[in-house]
Amino acid sequence: MMNHIQRILVFLLLTTPLPNQANELAVTENLHIRSLAASCAACHGTNGNTTHPDNKAPSSKATLAGMDKDHFIKQINAFISGERKSTVMHHHAKGLSVDEIAMLAAFFTEQKPQASSKLQHQALEANHD
Amino acid sequence: MTDFNIHRRQWIKTSLGLGLSPALLSACATMHHSKASAGRVVVIGGGYAGLAAAKYIRMWSAGSIEVVLIERNRQFVSCPLSNLVLGGSKTINDLTFGYDLTEKNHGIRFVYDEVVTIDHSNKTVNMRRGEVGYDRLVIAPGIDFDYISMPNLASADVQKSIPHAWKAGWQTVNLRKQLEAMPDGGIFAISIPKAPYRCPPGPYERICQVASYFKTHKPKSKIIVLDANPEIISKKGLFNKVFNETYAGIVDYRPNNAPVSVDIANKTITTEFEQVKADVLNVIPPQRAGRPAQLAKVDNVENRWCEVDFLTYESKVAPNVHVIGDAIDSGLPKSAHMATNQAKVCASAIVELMHHRTPDPSPVFANTCYSFVDAKQAMHVAHVYRYNPNTKIMVPAEGGGVSTKPSVEEGTFANTWATNIWSDILT
Repeated sequence: MMNHIQRILVFLLLTTPLPNQANELAVTENLHIRSLAASCAACHGTNGNTTHPDNKAPSSKATLAGMDKDHFIKQINAFISGERKSTVMHHHAKGLSVDEIAMLAAFFTEQKPQASSKLQHQALEANHD
Repeated sequence: MTDFNIHRRQWIKTSLGLGLSPALLSACATMHHSKASAGRVVVIGGGYAGLAAAKYIRMWSAGSIEVVLIERNRQFVSCPLSNLVLGGSKTINDLTFGYDLTEKNHGIRFVYDEVVTIDHSNKTVNMRRGEVGYDRLVIAPGIDFDYISMPNLASADVQKSIPHAWKAGWQTVNLRKQLEAMPDGGIFAISIPKAPYRCPPGPYERICQVASYFKTHKPKSKIIVLDANPEIISKKGLFNKVFNETYAGIVDYRPNNAPVSVDIANKTITTEFEQVKADVLNVIPPQRAGRPAQLAKVDNVENRWCEVDFLTYESKVAPNVHVIGDAIDSGLPKSAHMATNQAKVCASAIVELMHHRTPDPSPVFANTCYSFVDAKQAMHVAHVYRYNPNTKIMVPAEGGGVSTKPSVEEGTFANTWATNIWSDILT
């Protein structure tokens, strides 16, 4: 039988919003996942939109935006097991938790595929350092 | 104050009010108290860290936080890939971009000026030509060079003869020209400072690039490496193999060889053990947090690096002031990808704090760092880093590691990495 304090604790647990938990908020608003997913941008572009969308080779820096959730999870697990050969992705995949993999899959599938802005090189100006 | 200063100040005040969103418009009334719904963040520094912080604060706050970015230069020049300019497979213009797309796409106000003082109590940044108030300040100052042990290398004139080329720009171009002008059979000497410094594998990648150029164009030439560290400090096995096999007879690696003095006229460097006369001399000086961090007095670790809270990147010595990138004291490699990761955790935390919510208590991010060993082949080191709640620092997770060998495939990926990270911060 729960005492009074335990009842209050259970009540608080059930009613306090947990903004960092995937089941409380849309995954795109999950703080933990938004910054982790943003970390992938160095190779996969902002929100999973790569600058090289035509690059469809199996080990390319793939477009993650809009990728099927199950496909994403399957690929990450194949990197971990070694079933899918990779140069670098196994080093990342092995560092992620099962929950993080699932939430990253949900995050990227929600992202809208879009072309990235075209970046133009410039001639270095004389007064630059 | 001169008329120009008044004009300039007015311009900043006025232009800050000409942003795209109603939040920015309302900031017109005063420079010091933003009326944007959640306030104003000022970012100092338009490198990898500063740009990522500015962009992601705007994105994740859905425009509710006003962002002003202060940068001295009007162009971004990438340090990653700049060693390839020395090897001859890239030009400096391949690595040079404008800030216009980041500014336009995200409603960030860029102010091209130099910070002079930072007033924590009044929450104000004073520049040469104006001032701006902040609710939170993000300092992304990069690195500064420490010339205490070699004061005669500090002037811009001397650096025309002995460049560091450790911030990409004209010094990179200068060093390439010196290598091109050097006769076959000449000596290129490079001095590597004690860690920590910007880009741990960078000096070793530089050696490979110069060696690659020598092997093809000046095969009788030599590289003498004077490393202040006891051994190669990043991708050691891989670099050792490349030095000893691909560039055998060209690279002469000498560890525990910290510089003591430099004779500029004779291009001669004296270390604790020996004296080396070079035809082309590249001294990479010891490093510390960049100037704005010094002005803000947040470089509290040995007056060199900045101590931060790894959940928010808030300085341990100045509330509401965040420091990101190469300037922080951490076990994390001082890499571009790492700088953007810290910027994003910082941006996420700032958005939450400015909306009176709690930041992520357990940040995780990934770092990938490629090094080119010639024009086409690259190799990586990659790790996931995870916040440890007991030690309160970011630590490498299991599963990280390095390439088995350099490859053309990874060279392609390294170039794709560059275009994606540039797109992430510059568009």
